[in-house]
Amino acid sequence: MHLTICWLYPTSMNIYGDRGNVLALERRAQWRGIDVTTIGAGIGEPLPEDVDLFFIGGGQDGEQVAVAHDLQGAKSEAIRRAVDDGAVLLAICGGYQLLGHEYRPHDAAPLPGIGLVDLVTVAGPERFIGNVVVESEFGTLVGFENHSGLTTLGPGVKPLGTVSVGRGNNGIDGFEGVRHRNVVGCYLHGSLLPKNPVLADWLITKALERRYGAVTLAPLDDAFEHEAHASATARAVATR
Amino acid sequence: MGPKGATRIDPRLALALAAAKGSGVAIRALGKGGGTAAPGLIADRIDPQLLAKITARLPLGSVVVAGTNGKTTTSRMIADVLEAQGWRVAHNRSGSNLVRGVASALAEQSSVLGTPRAEIGVIESDEAALPEIVRQVRPRVLVLNNLFRDQLDRYGELASIATKWRAALAMMDADTTLVVNGDDPTLAELATHAPGRVAMFGMTDRNPRHLLTALPHAVDATTCRACGAPLAYDALYSAHLGAWRCPACGKARPVLDYEGRELTLHGVEAAEVLVHRTAPADDLRISLQIPGMYNAYNALAATAATSELGIDGAVITGALASFRSAFGRIERVEIEGRTLVLALVKNPVGFNETLRMLSGNGEDLSTPTMIAINDRFADGRDVSWLWDVDFELLANGQAPLFTTGVRGADMANRLKYAGIAVERIHPLPEAPDAAITAFVAALPTGATGYVLPTYTAMLDLREALTSRGAVESFWRQ
Repeated sequence: MHLTICWLYPTSMNIYGDRGNVLALERRAQWRGIDVTTIGAGIGEPLPEDVDLFFIGGGQDGEQVAVAHDLQGAKSEAIRRAVDDGAVLLAICGGYQLLGHEYRPHDAAPLPGIGLVDLVTVAGPERFIGNVVVESEFGTLVGFENHSGLTTLGPGVKPLGTVSVGRGNNGIDGFEGVRHRNVVGCYLHGSLLPKNPVLADWLITKALERRYGAVTLAPLDDAFEHEAHASATARAVATR
Repeated sequence: MGPKGATRIDPRLALALAAAKGSGVAIRALGKGGGTAAPGLIADRIDPQLLAKITARLPLGSVVVAGTNGKTTTSRMIADVLEAQGWRVAHNRSGSNLVRGVASALAEQSSVLGTPRAEIGVIESDEAALPEIVRQVRPRVLVLNNLFRDQLDRYGELASIATKWRAALAMMDADTTLVVNGDDPTLAELATHAPGRVAMFGMTDRNPRHLLTALPHAVDATTCRACGAPLAYDALYSAHLGAWRCPACGKARPVLDYEGRELTLHGVEAAEVLVHRTAPADDLRISLQIPGMYNAYNALAATAATSELGIDGAVITGALASFRSAFGRIERVEIEGRTLVLALVKNPVGFNETLRMLSGNGEDLSTPTMIAINDRFADGRDVSWLWDVDFELLANGQAPLFTTGVRGADMANRLKYAGIAVERIHPLPEAPDAAITAFVAALPTGATGYVLPTYTAMLDLREALTSRGAVESFWRQ
């Protein structure tokens, strides 16, 4: 089997070790004998064809503005068509905010998102910084949040989960992230996937199933991953 | 503010100084750390202008050093050169580098009336504290080493530090000399806003064994500060430092006043660099007893700063030849018949440079190595940065790798995803005592092991080692 990953804006949107997510997807597929091709698509560069899995991370404010404008038009249309067709998309932090309708800063014009998911982000008065634990359909997820944008999901839009430790989407409704078709968006750094292997494997499975039908991934020895997950969760509970 | 060198009785200052000195002694007597920041806090409440008042009385002024990496080492090098010149130096040598820590250190080195016992100040500044330190100190020379991604949960984005530094430059006097690393595109652009003299330093050695062939993952500033196009490098030395140019608008690294020409790196032992000075057009052969590309950069910065102060070349080379490393930067410790080489790691760029040095630029790491990762405030609470470090450099070697610290499990997992065989990865207990015991037991008698801790992990491990009589407390240096 073959998996094609498109890493959107690998240099602009890679501020909090987001590369770890791409590494986790690549390695966990390769360890099962699946061929992986990862193609970066930066500002002004075209999207590759036949992408199974898109990834976009977080960036500095200035970079996020440039990326938001680059995504408008043909690129967001192509991503929307692929997602409607079952392609997988993981978006973290700034990338997650760009999935929605727009980001509203304090003192500037709203920054357009790609409108793929019914959500809106508004600049908040404080920065949420710290460890996060989320209860989700993928079990307990653990990561680190660092954002001032407050994200609110539209009516009926499913969150990725609820926070048991940390602030989450907006510090009010207890939700973290979003789940839509085969799209996962959230604020969790860490990197997220290396110590949340259940989610990593779900993303790989969904990306392959679109092309190959029902897929069952061979089990891996995840002792290191589980230890990292357990110690990070304990640390989160102890520090917030 | 009185004229430089004048001593007038200032009751508020005297009271603040009494508080600073008294509590400094008291805190050390209680055995609670070095007592470097708390006295500053008390003194600051009494006289918030303490730092300005003391430094205004230094007859030869002050040198301020800032940068993500190398500021402690560079400021110590500068202080050593100035002492070799025969000047008495007031210096926040313990590395306490926020406004209060600097004030506290300088208060300790002053009389009860606020007259410094020194003639010149050398002040290491935290990145975020630089505008306030420049405002109070009014430095004669400001050294900007580099600007890298570091502890985003504390410092915020790189762009926000660059903005703070620009504010610091705007506050400088026209007679302040800015000594700046021209190999850093962000700093070269910042320097164009300096009101006074700018002295640029950078590397020009073209030996391929010192060059990187691609930008590391931890790099931020790779686009042109003027037009936004991606930069090209004719030579890349470390992170985003090198002979950069913009293919789109033609902007390029400025002409250098201090060039690092011939570089020789001797593993974890030593380094040499030939520094060419354009004025007075001579060459200084700098031999260091500390290793690595990053220390060659630190020596280049120190040479530039002290040359700008008019120090003779022979004094500079002599002082740098006998320079010993600062706390945790590279230290050797003998324990139970083994040698441990400790090197502090605090951010992706520094970590990458250490890995390059230990592995011979990625060829091979043959020495057993223990990595200790904590996530306390001083380390950065977010361990995501480990994913920006190129541990892939270690995949070719055979040496066993040990992990410990509060986030040792994250570190072990990171090594696994770097493509390192799990048989080589040995997670050790989180507790420093237990980790040291296990690591030493894994080393044959007479062998050397590398220890790479984050800041608070270094403190923990030093305490564990001290309790076995292996090392001294760092503030006694």
